[in-house]
Amino acid sequence: MKSVVPPVRRSWLHQHRVAIAPWLFVAPALLFFSVYVIMPIFQSIAISFYEWNGLYNAEGESTATWVGTQNYVKLLDDDRFFVSLKNNLIWLVFYMLAVPVGLAIALFLNQTVTGIRVYKSLFFFPFVISQVVVGLIFGWFYNPDFGVIGSLWKAAYCEEVINIVGNVSTRCAKSPPDILADETWATYGIIVAGLWPQIAYCMILYLTGLNNVSSDQIEAARLDGARGWRMLRHVILPQLAPATFLAIVVTVIGALRSFDMIAIMTRGGPYGSTNVLAYYMYEAAISEYGDRYGYGSAIATVLFLIMLVYISYFLWRMYQDEKGR
Amino acid sequence: MKFALKSSLLSIALSAAMSTAAIAGDLVINFDDPNPGPKAGFEAAVEAFKAANPDINVTVNINDREAHKTAIRNFLSADAPDITSWYPGNRMAPFVEAGLFEDVSDVWEANGFYDSLAAITPTMTIDDKQWGVPYTYYQWGVYYRKDIFDKLGLAEPTNWDEFNTVAATLKDAGVTPITIGTKFLWTAAGVFDYLNLRINGYEVHNDLTAGKIKYTDERIKNVFMTWKDMIDAGYFVDNHATMSWQDAIAPFANGDAAMYVMGNFSVDGYKNAGLTEDQIDYFQFPEITPGLPRAEEAPADAFFIPSRAKNKEDARKFLAFIAQPDIQTEWNNTIGQLPINKNASVGDSKFLQEGFETLSTASGLAQFYDRDAPAQMAQAGMEGFQEFMLDTSKIDAILERLDKVQADVYK
Repeated sequence: MKSVVPPVRRSWLHQHRVAIAPWLFVAPALLFFSVYVIMPIFQSIAISFYEWNGLYNAEGESTATWVGTQNYVKLLDDDRFFVSLKNNLIWLVFYMLAVPVGLAIALFLNQTVTGIRVYKSLFFFPFVISQVVVGLIFGWFYNPDFGVIGSLWKAAYCEEVINIVGNVSTRCAKSPPDILADETWATYGIIVAGLWPQIAYCMILYLTGLNNVSSDQIEAARLDGARGWRMLRHVILPQLAPATFLAIVVTVIGALRSFDMIAIMTRGGPYGSTNVLAYYMYEAAISEYGDRYGYGSAIATVLFLIMLVYISYFLWRMYQDEKGR
Repeated sequence: MKFALKSSLLSIALSAAMSTAAIAGDLVINFDDPNPGPKAGFEAAVEAFKAANPDINVTVNINDREAHKTAIRNFLSADAPDITSWYPGNRMAPFVEAGLFEDVSDVWEANGFYDSLAAITPTMTIDDKQWGVPYTYYQWGVYYRKDIFDKLGLAEPTNWDEFNTVAATLKDAGVTPITIGTKFLWTAAGVFDYLNLRINGYEVHNDLTAGKIKYTDERIKNVFMTWKDMIDAGYFVDNHATMSWQDAIAPFANGDAAMYVMGNFSVDGYKNAGLTEDQIDYFQFPEITPGLPRAEEAPADAFFIPSRAKNKEDARKFLAFIAQPDIQTEWNNTIGQLPINKNASVGDSKFLQEGFETLSTASGLAQFYDRDAPAQMAQAGMEGFQEFMLDTSKIDAILERLDKVQADVYK
């Protein structure tokens, strides 16, 4: 009796270790994700039903008052909101140009010439610069007084004169275009600035994709007489599908978070005409003259719902891909 | 047991030490301008305060102006200093309404500020109580190129006809009359405010910013009509919407524009752009409606006691101290602005002298559109002014939108 070895007592933790281990590894990420992403989403949805200037009183209680769906009702009657929504769509549509243009440049650069690495790096350069710097540079570029466009215009339509105090000045038959101050063109001006780095990004995605295009298939297609456009359309592009998917995803995300360019180049102006939802939310809630946290949260919620549609599609698509394997 | 006794003794000793420190007087002050001049002026005043109150241990935090605007929303309710700088008028209203600022009417009463700071009392007042003590303000008006005026034989205009003649003469000479940069919106509010103050007067300005008059009101429309005449006649520089107020100094310094509706802080900017004191001068925004009492813009800066401050007693001493005539004289000499205390003396700069003359004889002092109107109204209003300056034909749509915002803001 005494010689019987007692059964090793395994703890519950030990017995279930295979099931538990992955959760332990995911736990830190889950914790931070829920505290910094999931919770704020619900908090801001909650705040969107209040009118609140963001202040707590001396006792530390929030000064918010419940207004129900009033913030959303106001949104429906707010021109600025619809201008922002429209601009978001314009961004989405025109930002997509980055994908074909990126592909074109990638195809062009995908050759073996001496020094091609240098050219590739030069084309990739704008993506490495901070968005803020890109915004500043394009702001100067568009400046009607000293920018490139202004200078070209002056060369064509203006003459130098000596003004009343003897300094050199210019007099123009037509005053130069002020792109960032023109409500029709300002948004497009910012999108062009945003496209510059985005094209570089798509280009690099396609360049890596092109590396993986099977040369056997190209060889076979060539034997079958495929050239030019047909080669690209039926042989290359299908093999680039993963790169295209990724390029579209990052471009949509880039378009939706176009906040920094707008903040640098126009601050939503002139008179709100370059706002997108993200910037309008900032303006309403956090900027110097905005202390309407409830209203800002309502805008954020609408933006969130729009993104949710896109993200759900994206996740569904990924899920389908995984299943297909 | 022994351990517990020891730790409780320790905590008693600690709390005793902390409370004696509080009795000795720790005073924490948050200030919001790290630029050399304002910082030097503030620090000199703090040194003088320390010298006068050696038992008070003053700690100073100087924050960036924009960062302060965000930070104050948190520190007032979380970790309040004993004193903080902030702006009067409607800018202080949200904090007063949330009970985050201390009522300091007693300081005003005890030190006779109702008399010595009379000029600015209304803007420091909400619900018949005073909530802070101002230490500086400055005048607005028209800064102009004296050398250009002299060359064309022009004198400082005192009424609207003269002003129009001046502008027409300048235009004929190839000089744009007025420079302005509206990228950051508030500069346009300066022009609007002055037109409104000169056409309709102080009461209408106050009623408009208090939401008692609609923007589609005939009187406000008149302001826009006069403004439209100026814009249509080409009084303002092109491309103003891409320029900041500093950018707009360039045409002024180059002699392409001759006037600038601005605050006195801009004088430094003209000098940095290479203009000398002889080339620039100042005149009061000219009269438009004859006989209307003249009111001026005079934004003030002030100090406040948060209601969660720990050392309110010494904080009150500090507020009383910074309003003394000699302190305000010294401080404003350093920063090149005007003291508010009527017994203080003004710096020798001709702009300060003229500014003092302008403000001390004014019938009323406005803060500025964006300080007198609530934030949301100010934002919408100033966007409207910019939009109007770019396309005057949109006036009706703009005014109707402003009415809508107004109805929402002042429920």
